[in-house]
Amino acid sequence: MRLTGSGLASERGGRLIFEDVGFDLSDGELLAITGPNGAGKSTLLRIVAGLLPATEGRVAATPETDGPLNTFMHYLGHRDGLKAALTVRENLDFWQKTADSDGGIAPLDALERVRLLHAVDMPAAYLSAGMRRRVAIARLLVVRRPIWLLDEPTSALDARSEGELGELIAGHLAGGGLVLAATHLKLPVPITKSLVLGNAA
Amino acid sequence: MKAFLAIVRQTITVSFRSGGGPLVGLIFFLSVVIVVPFGVGPDLNLLSRIGPAIIWIGALLATLLGLDRLFQDDRDDGSLDQLQMAGLPLEFVVLAKAAGHWIATGLPLVIAAPVFGLFLNLSTAAMGVLVLTLLVGTPALTLIGVIGGALMVAIRRGGMLVAVLVLPFAIPVLIFGVLAVSAIVVGPADSFGLPFMLLCATTLLAIVVGPVAGAGAIRAGRE
Amino acid sequence: MGITTTLANPTRFMSYSGKILPVTWILALVLIVAGLYYAFPGSPPDYQMGEVVRLMYVHPQAAWLAMLTYVLMAVAALGTIIWRHPLADVLQKAAAPIGAAFALLGLVTGMLWGQPTWGTYWVWDARLTSFLILFIMFLGLIAIWATVEDPGRAARIAAILTLVGAVNLPIIYFSVQIWSTLHQPQGVLQGQTDAHFLPPMFLMLGGYTFLFISILLLRMRTEILGRRVRSMQLTSVGAEA
Repeated sequence: MRLTGSGLASERGGRLIFEDVGFDLSDGELLAITGPNGAGKSTLLRIVAGLLPATEGRVAATPETDGPLNTFMHYLGHRDGLKAALTVRENLDFWQKTADSDGGIAPLDALERVRLLHAVDMPAAYLSAGMRRRVAIARLLVVRRPIWLLDEPTSALDARSEGELGELIAGHLAGGGLVLAATHLKLPVPITKSLVLGNAA
Repeated sequence: MKAFLAIVRQTITVSFRSGGGPLVGLIFFLSVVIVVPFGVGPDLNLLSRIGPAIIWIGALLATLLGLDRLFQDDRDDGSLDQLQMAGLPLEFVVLAKAAGHWIATGLPLVIAAPVFGLFLNLSTAAMGVLVLTLLVGTPALTLIGVIGGALMVAIRRGGMLVAVLVLPFAIPVLIFGVLAVSAIVVGPADSFGLPFMLLCATTLLAIVVGPVAGAGAIRAGRE
Repeated sequence: MGITTTLANPTRFMSYSGKILPVTWILALVLIVAGLYYAFPGSPPDYQMGEVVRLMYVHPQAAWLAMLTYVLMAVAALGTIIWRHPLADVLQKAAAPIGAAFALLGLVTGMLWGQPTWGTYWVWDARLTSFLILFIMFLGLIAIWATVEDPGRAARIAAILTLVGAVNLPIIYFSVQIWSTLHQPQGVLQGQTDAHFLPPMFLMLGGYTFLFISILLLRMRTEILGRRVRSMQLTSVGAEA
């Protein structure tokens, strides 16, 4: 699969955040999006995820996907998407049922990968920010989707979890997946392509 | 379908675990019903005549309760992003959330209505029709209310604003519902059919318009 | 000092209440069985009201207990606000649904009484109306416990509402009395009730009271254990595997 974005521009509240941004990504490649605060890293990822309309430009996949493009993507945003009142297991089950895609690993196996198996029946409200982030990462595993969009994926994670996330990303790339990651920190994996947003001095 | 049912179930579960489920709506409904007699006086003949209208108004207001948070909570915790990428058209997501909300808060109102009818001296026949009209009409109220709830995602204000936005659209439901019950309570009984059919039609229309407008409102509020 | 501070400790409360509980359950059972015997085979129907009079053995007691529960909750509310007493919080939470249940029982038996006596299930009479308001207040307090997640915060919010209600209920009662009155005056204290009705009435009142105490203690114990489980869960989540 090949994912391209061309001539992307975003204008919000009358302010042009970025224009003429493009990328071209193939199987097994990681695009690191960097830039100062307010350069539009998150905005770009949300546009790719189909959660925001682009003012100009388009995102396309070749070969063309069967169904909406964003149902082939995972979006790991600032908000983890966990329901505080539901247990960790209920949250993962819910994603697996709504995502309507086959091939993910079982919720319990995914939790083992992020070392949260012992919290499986706890309400998500009991978890710390880092643990919630790890449950959100487990979502990338219970539902299999080729494109991962990661917005500051290492935030709230401790050093050990950061390394484990790196392994997961590396595994995904090795399996032919695509990753777009926005971050101002060093990513725990080798970067194949990079995109710098904003006219940083 | 699996995804649809999962959303319905999750909405119900969350409603019961973090909002007391139907409890607050029921208490509100009961409060509205018992406040009216203080305004109009304890005359049971009068109350039994206006009773169906009181219960319908109570149900209308109670249905709107909690709708302001229905999508705002999803936006705040990030679920709304995930739901938009779930592979289910947003219209169906909205319909599923509405169905879950109705089962958790609307259906209990319908079931409780006859009990509240006792306080207003309603006859058995009147209660039967009342429950029937509420069963048919409250889904329309929820579906219209869901549009307001979806608008709240964009507007970012809570509370009574939903009621202000949505009440005008709910008026036809109220008119047809109360007319159908009055046909049985004060007669003539053969005037029941028309308003009841119109009530059914309104609900069917709301099943289409509610999700489409709701999804539109959420898309408009994206940022 | 003395007994209040001793009982303040939840661990001591658990040990004492565990010993008391079997006694109160047995007392409740014995008194209710005896009361029911005198209420049905052991007493005659009333010459005016007929068999319906037997509601007298279940209805006023429920109403009494509902009010007693509210008074107890108001005292516990003071305990929460003034002394920040953990057990007072627990008592408030445990008592609200029991109060609602007794209030509902009072309302239902009253409605069943009203139908043959007044010809309708409900009238907007002062006593009935203020009792309905009491019922709604119990429900409101339950709703607070259901919606506010942090138990300490829920206790303080519920305590404020309970105390406002304690001030407000007499005012509501008198205002509603001016508005409408039909309910018969309380008979027992004025000595108007026929002597052979009294034993089952008081047996049932005692039975209800011990039933109330038993359920209250049971619910408080459950709540304390539940909080311990919760804090153990929180610690176990925090501890990395």
